[in-house]
Amino acid sequence: MDMPAPNPAILSRKAQIVARLRSVLPADAVIDDPVETRAYECDALTAYRCPPLAAVLPASTEEVSAVLRVCHEEGVPVVPRGAGTSLAGGAMPTEDAIILGVARMNEVLETDYENRFIRVQTGRTNMSVSGAVEEEDFFYAPDPSSQLACAIAGNIAMNSGGAHCLKYGVTTNNLLGVKMVMMDGEVVEIGGAHLDAAGLDLLGLICGSEGQLGVVTEATLRILRKPEGARPVLMGFDSNEVAGHCVSDIIKAGILPVAIEFMDRPCIRATEAFAGAGYPDCEALLIVEVEGSEEEIEAQLERIIAIARTHNPVELRESGSAEESAKIWLGRKSAFGAMGQINDYMCLDGTIPVSQLPLVLRRIGEMSKDFGLDVGNVFHAGDGNMHPLILFDANKPGDLEKCEAFGAEILKLCVEVGGCLTGEHGVGIEKRDLMVTQYEPGDLEIQMAVKDVFDPKWLLNPAKVFPLAASDARRIAAE
Amino acid sequence: MKPNNETELAEMVAAAKGPLQIIGGGTRDIGAPVDGDRLSAAGLSGVSLYEPGALTLVAGAGTPLEEIETVLAGENQRLAFEPMDHRVLLGTDGTPTIGGVVAANVSGPRRIQVGACRDSALGVRFVDGTGQILKNGGRVMKNVTGYDLVKLMAGSWGTLGVLSEVSLKVQAIPEAEATLVGRGLSARDAIAALSAALGSPFDVSGAAFLTDGGEAYVRVEGLADSVNYRIKRMQAEMCAGWEVLEGEKSAEMWRNIRDVSPLSGSHDAIWRLSVKPTDAPEILQELGDPKAVCDWGGGLIWLAMSEGGDGGAARVRAVVARLGGHATLVRGSDALRRNVDVFQPEAAPLAAISKGLRARFDPRGILNPGLMG
Repeated sequence: MDMPAPNPAILSRKAQIVARLRSVLPADAVIDDPVETRAYECDALTAYRCPPLAAVLPASTEEVSAVLRVCHEEGVPVVPRGAGTSLAGGAMPTEDAIILGVARMNEVLETDYENRFIRVQTGRTNMSVSGAVEEEDFFYAPDPSSQLACAIAGNIAMNSGGAHCLKYGVTTNNLLGVKMVMMDGEVVEIGGAHLDAAGLDLLGLICGSEGQLGVVTEATLRILRKPEGARPVLMGFDSNEVAGHCVSDIIKAGILPVAIEFMDRPCIRATEAFAGAGYPDCEALLIVEVEGSEEEIEAQLERIIAIARTHNPVELRESGSAEESAKIWLGRKSAFGAMGQINDYMCLDGTIPVSQLPLVLRRIGEMSKDFGLDVGNVFHAGDGNMHPLILFDANKPGDLEKCEAFGAEILKLCVEVGGCLTGEHGVGIEKRDLMVTQYEPGDLEIQMAVKDVFDPKWLLNPAKVFPLAASDARRIAAE
Repeated sequence: MKPNNETELAEMVAAAKGPLQIIGGGTRDIGAPVDGDRLSAAGLSGVSLYEPGALTLVAGAGTPLEEIETVLAGENQRLAFEPMDHRVLLGTDGTPTIGGVVAANVSGPRRIQVGACRDSALGVRFVDGTGQILKNGGRVMKNVTGYDLVKLMAGSWGTLGVLSEVSLKVQAIPEAEATLVGRGLSARDAIAALSAALGSPFDVSGAAFLTDGGEAYVRVEGLADSVNYRIKRMQAEMCAGWEVLEGEKSAEMWRNIRDVSPLSGSHDAIWRLSVKPTDAPEILQELGDPKAVCDWGGGLIWLAMSEGGDGGAARVRAVVARLGGHATLVRGSDALRRNVDVFQPEAAPLAAISKGLRARFDPRGILNPGLMG
């Protein structure tokens, strides 16, 4: 992975820069010891690492503002970091950059059940936002699978999704307002407890901008009352194509499940060996979950099962208890872990039109043979967000490169059939250079022009999102 | 000017010598009046892709909304966000287009459950102020590839680009709907009941209050048995004694709320406020209890103020400034709309960002200049 060469002028001024940061932050909030900064050298895309110049852990919006003002004056790049769970390298530093971690900012600032929102500092984890409103039976809907660890800051940066966004939407659909610090230290507020912020939709623009437009320190999030209950049904089919048709028919029938998850045979076998959830050994498996009262769940499942039967399922397993529901979800939830037991893996995130599912799965199978690397598919079928997991051996020379080449081919295929490179993980460094397959130069130029407005010196989260060749001129001009 | 395709549109924008007034069907005459040559997107019409099984539709920006609704209804589907028809309130003629809906981010009562128009918008194609054809997003439901300019374009009122094509997520029409109606309620009691309903597990898809008659409405949709169940539960909990409207009677009621029909016909200035729902009673009181339609559980207030003087601008904006939210003058004479800020004035740093974005998307400042302020 190419990264721009660090600016030697910044490296040589490290002591001064760190001293200035120390002058605006408490002593323990500035980390510059080369051993300690190693903790920030990568995120969950561990194949790529680079220790930062230093890391800072501000505890308030004012401290974030002070840090950014210093970095702006010094011309030092800043890499904002939530919990470091990005699978796309969204929080990977460069050697001349300061990591700005928001982990110390994790307070709940306001909870309002009547108006159905919560205001939090963005270092708070996704799960603990729901946790904060659980006693009143409310929850925060977006549920990325890293929700135990991932921070709201990163969720906003990447516009994170999750298994249940078929019904509840992704982060951008649940974000009401932000307090954000601009690269020059200015603090702005957009939106709030009301719906639809005034003026141009800057809130929508910031969500998913991968920390390149500002550092969001506070967020107002929509919270929802929990449904009375939820229950999954598991169904197995003897071909991916049939399973794909079943998904389509369920959606067309007007029943809106909260989740439709899909696993293919390699993934089913791996999870079965790992978790023993009792999944049938079949070509394709669907888990469909519905919500409501007992009667409502019954009625919805009855219709879903009737649709499934028209596709001759090899297995139909309706959950009869909380225990059985947990067992149905067990395999799906351990899928990534199970694949990890077999080998190192790379998790992709392309989205395709649901109708293209059978074709794309077939082509992935063919490519798997061509590249000589196994791949398992587990994904959110209702919205076409695929997660092919390519297995490789990190210790085998050339395997990572082969895996990346395979991954790139799959993503190109996703774009070719009318989809996109990434549905919920973000571009980061991982898919940066593939952006040209989805966008024409003009389409990228207008996005970069947006960054020019927010961050004219191109200091925030450098070398992400845009192909280096496309953003070179701007970075050089800014230096 | 009325281009017949995207290429013609791009050529016309590139060749423009002065300001352009961008319109779709011309039914939403909102914003500061624009002096410029009229450029209509109505010629960019037609549904180019519709996949009912993927809940996706792609159409030219000039496609009549009615055509889209008819195509969707053929597969028992609809636009989830229930866009308002502004002709009723504004007294305009013409044919609403899907591009106009997206450009103005027009959403109706179901916004509280399924999000706004911008939340259903999956992709856009547009022509920027230099005549360049650009695209963002696509036609899949989850897409975080690059910056989300789809959201930015939705609600930018043609000031950043002229939409040529939009891609939307659609929704299945549920089997049944029903509405609970409470009467003779104070604003405070009504909003409290709406909040309780919206905070219940019963998946409310509409929650409104009309000051006339103190009437409050709560809608649920879904499978028939489920609708009945939820109606009964709410009658037992937060809507005791409320009457039930079903089927077409319920649908008609919500069309009236969606189109703000109770405020049509007068010559008053009409304001649209987006606020924290529980602030609604205080806002109404402070503004002298004007005739109002409160949607979104109280979070969206439509109210009529006398057209004289500043049309109530100072008073409306003062209360919004104190309690939070924003206000738009949706209906007013040309003179009034030239004299007061139609859209909520932005704080200085945000105004600078908006100005910077406009300068990048429309460097010559020819696309609906001044419409948003």
